[in-house]
Amino acid sequence: MTTAVQVRKSPRKPWTPSQIILTLIGVAVSAVFVAPIAAALFTSLKSEAEAAEIPPHWLPEVWTAQAWKALWETGNITNWFINSLVVSVCVTSVVLTVSALAGYGFARTEFRGKSVLMGIVMSGLMISPAVLGVPLFTTVQQLGMVDTYWGMILPQCAPAAMVYILYKFFQGVPRELEEAAFIDGAGRWRVFFTIVVPLARPSLAAVGIFTFIASWNNFLWPYMVTNNPDLMTMPNGIATVMNSYGIQWAQLMAGGLMAGLPLIIVFVFFQRQIVAGVAHTGLAGQ
Amino acid sequence: MTTSAHMTTGAVAAPARARTATAAATVRRKQGFQHGGWFVAPFLALFALFVIWPLLRGIYLSFTDANISGDGASFVGLDNYREALNDSAMWDALGHSAYFTLLVVPCITVLAFLLAMLAHHIERGKWLWRLCFFVPFLLPSTVAANMFQWLFTQGIGLINETFGLDTPWLTDKSYAMLAIVIETLWWTVGFSFLLYLAALQGIPDHLYEAAKLDGANAWQRMVHITLPMLRNITGLVIALQILASLQLFDQAVVMMDFGPGPEVSTRSFVQYTLEQGFTSYRVGYASAMSIIFFVIIAVVALARMWLLRTREESGR
Repeated sequence: MTTAVQVRKSPRKPWTPSQIILTLIGVAVSAVFVAPIAAALFTSLKSEAEAAEIPPHWLPEVWTAQAWKALWETGNITNWFINSLVVSVCVTSVVLTVSALAGYGFARTEFRGKSVLMGIVMSGLMISPAVLGVPLFTTVQQLGMVDTYWGMILPQCAPAAMVYILYKFFQGVPRELEEAAFIDGAGRWRVFFTIVVPLARPSLAAVGIFTFIASWNNFLWPYMVTNNPDLMTMPNGIATVMNSYGIQWAQLMAGGLMAGLPLIIVFVFFQRQIVAGVAHTGLAGQ
Repeated sequence: MTTSAHMTTGAVAAPARARTATAAATVRRKQGFQHGGWFVAPFLALFALFVIWPLLRGIYLSFTDANISGDGASFVGLDNYREALNDSAMWDALGHSAYFTLLVVPCITVLAFLLAMLAHHIERGKWLWRLCFFVPFLLPSTVAANMFQWLFTQGIGLINETFGLDTPWLTDKSYAMLAIVIETLWWTVGFSFLLYLAALQGIPDHLYEAAKLDGANAWQRMVHITLPMLRNITGLVIALQILASLQLFDQAVVMMDFGPGPEVSTRSFVQYTLEQGFTSYRVGYASAMSIIFFVIIAVVALARMWLLRTREESGR
């Protein structure tokens, strides 16, 4: 936010020597960061034979969309894409709903056993599918959710971290705002939806975006819970199914770029809100 | 009474405010008691089902010889734990995860800080630097791992080609973990970078202006303002990175073609647990290792809290 204001105030800053040096360093470092993605893009535009050539070269000698076409034709990729979308959208909506409610409940309401429950939830920060993979799998198996959307979605929907972030935010909302509404006769829920949620929009946006990124990119949990190629998400399909054909590098890179593209587009459009959201949630703050 | 109240508005406002406040407190208590539970209920239901229950179930299973179907398991007491503590493969796997963590955490913290300083201080094209440094984090872990697997492959990989090397990154014990570390730095530094950048933007300008008036040079301003103001975020970055790095799995597995790496040199703790559970079908044994791992992570987290507290008590 602050940068936006500053930029608008003085759109043309002079090129001082220190700015020139910093910019040059920035360009060099950025080149290192972008190089692997550029290499992947160039490889995806080579033929499979050229991608495996020794010695390798950066740019394709013959530019071809063959790998992209093959990827499309061999089929599963649209399925994987839709699965990823369904899973991530569902996870994000559920996480936003339940963690906003819980964050508010813990920050602003009283009920029996609150502090004990809060303590238990905070200890959940240390438990992830990676830590408890096998028992979590047998639980999901008991529920009959292996190889289903439910099994992929629901276990990702209880992130203690998101509750904590929103809890911290709601604690900072001035009580007077709510109390005025209570005296006017509004109930808890009305206050929550008409006053608190609109105030929390930047925090909710940050939580939503990071949940979406994490869910879209989640590999481990879908890897455990499904072996069915029709149910796989992008990262899993690309890593497990494509590798099992024997590695075809050009196709692998094309598939990888397709899996990464949606989030990159989202970030390009929302990056200011993301940085503001990180600042706002208090993630970065005191 | 009434006259004085009429004459001084402050006198009438004070009891009114007090009354409003007590009324609000009553309302708050009543409303809260009625509805508070319902706010947290949906989350707690999911949390109980997918975090607490698996944890309890894991503890139970760890005392049995359960296989993947969970049928016909019998109680074996502490056998799984005894076996795990004597299992050199488990200790090796734990060592790999710890080694990875020790390499990654300091590098990421320093790198994220430097990148954030750079992006914060270049005045032009801020969005471009943000995008460049953050973009790898937007790739699925498997995609980033596939890219580096290809870049590192001896013969056809561009890293050796570009730097004129002939290093067997992925097939030699002494380089495999290093390759995973390099990939991880590239892939994840963006997240910590963003945290630092947001924190830098949150430091009030007037602090720097005051310091400038007092004649502090750029280096002094960094040491006496920027670094102290970033202390909290550094703690957070380190804590998050330790927890994330100990859980190493995706990159190592994908870059090593779903195997344990050359001479089993990159098999992480998570990977070994999952192998025991899903490949060897030893759910009881895998559960015991999960519980051991949970305890290790809890100890690390508690140690961090304890360190923070002692630092605060000693006046920082």
